[in-house]
Amino acid sequence: MELLVIFISALLINNFVLHYFLGICPFIGVSNRLDSAVSMGLAVTFVMTIAATVSWLIYYLLLVPYHLEFLEIVSFILVIASLVQLVEMFIRKVSPPLYQALGIYLPLITTNCAILGVALLTVLKKYNFIETLVFSLGAGLGFALAIIIMAGIREELEFADVPEALKGAGITLITAGILALAFMGFSGLIK
Amino acid sequence: MNLWKEFIKGWWKDNPVFVMVLGMCPTLAVTNTVENAIGMIAAVAFVLIGSSFIVSLIRKIVPNQVRIATFIVVIATFVTMADRYLAAFYPSLSKALGPYVPLIVVNCIILGRQEAFASKNGVIASLLDAIGMSIGFGIALMLMSSVRELLGAGTWLGMKVLGSWYIPWQVMVLPAGAFFVLGFLIWGFNSINKAFSKG
Repeated sequence: MELLVIFISALLINNFVLHYFLGICPFIGVSNRLDSAVSMGLAVTFVMTIAATVSWLIYYLLLVPYHLEFLEIVSFILVIASLVQLVEMFIRKVSPPLYQALGIYLPLITTNCAILGVALLTVLKKYNFIETLVFSLGAGLGFALAIIIMAGIREELEFADVPEALKGAGITLITAGILALAFMGFSGLIK
Repeated sequence: MNLWKEFIKGWWKDNPVFVMVLGMCPTLAVTNTVENAIGMIAAVAFVLIGSSFIVSLIRKIVPNQVRIATFIVVIATFVTMADRYLAAFYPSLSKALGPYVPLIVVNCIILGRQEAFASKNGVIASLLDAIGMSIGFGIALMLMSSVRELLGAGTWLGMKVLGSWYIPWQVMVLPAGAFFVLGFLIWGFNSINKAFSKG
């Protein structure tokens, strides 16, 4: 039950994009077409779950026993950067079609603050291993959900008459604001 | 004269937030009050100026293949310093900013300036570029947080500005308000730039 609450809360209520403002760069950059948004969402979910669990292991098995908690930031970012490289090589070897779909998005993920954010938040919230797994999966799917909805809206927006100066980032942010208002409706889901 | 240009370009022409649309996470997340915004501006300025200085110093001895990893380690070191300093001397501010201080590591403004400028230019030019960009970032965050705090709570830096007749516009402090304010500010910014370039 506890795990379900963590999952739903990471997915909908505390949505990473619309509540924590993490991963805004890809959210604005890659949300103009639906198919690329789906690939990006899946790639982020995949890397986020692995990165959060590996960071958790590093933090509790390596940093805490040796009292090196102050190295948290440096070690997490290095773990994530090398992990993304590894995942990229692994996918290219094992599943070329998957690599075709996700390939160009993987390097972009290193600088996605949502990945580092989820690793830092699991430490901050003192989650155990299983909770970390569930939390990062929910957060990743929440990111995918937000970016896919956004891409759907933006494809429709192409036909709208947006003022010249508002095109691009401006209208995307205002749309995201309305989306955030809509997601606030979920906050009654868990007491 | 050329150096002066590097210094002021970040204020308006190449403003990191409004024109380049970089560093969105802190811009949106910590601008609910002016106080949080000032803390974030100081932390980002410290990290940006410090890492630009180091990166421009070591730019000739870093092999090209490992430059991104090197920049990230330099940035992460400065971020750790800023994070520990805030936690030790301003515990309440550090708590309010939460994970957003460590997240400066992945702030695209900082890595972007190292890659685009500090790794190619001398120490003086890089420092001026970093200070200019920090001022531009500061302008953007002050604008955002002033609008949000004023409309959302009727105060500015904790001081009461609007009288008791004012009913706080709650949504401005909430995440949705951040998106709206930034969207409208970028709209205004673009309109002003367009009007000037025509005339």
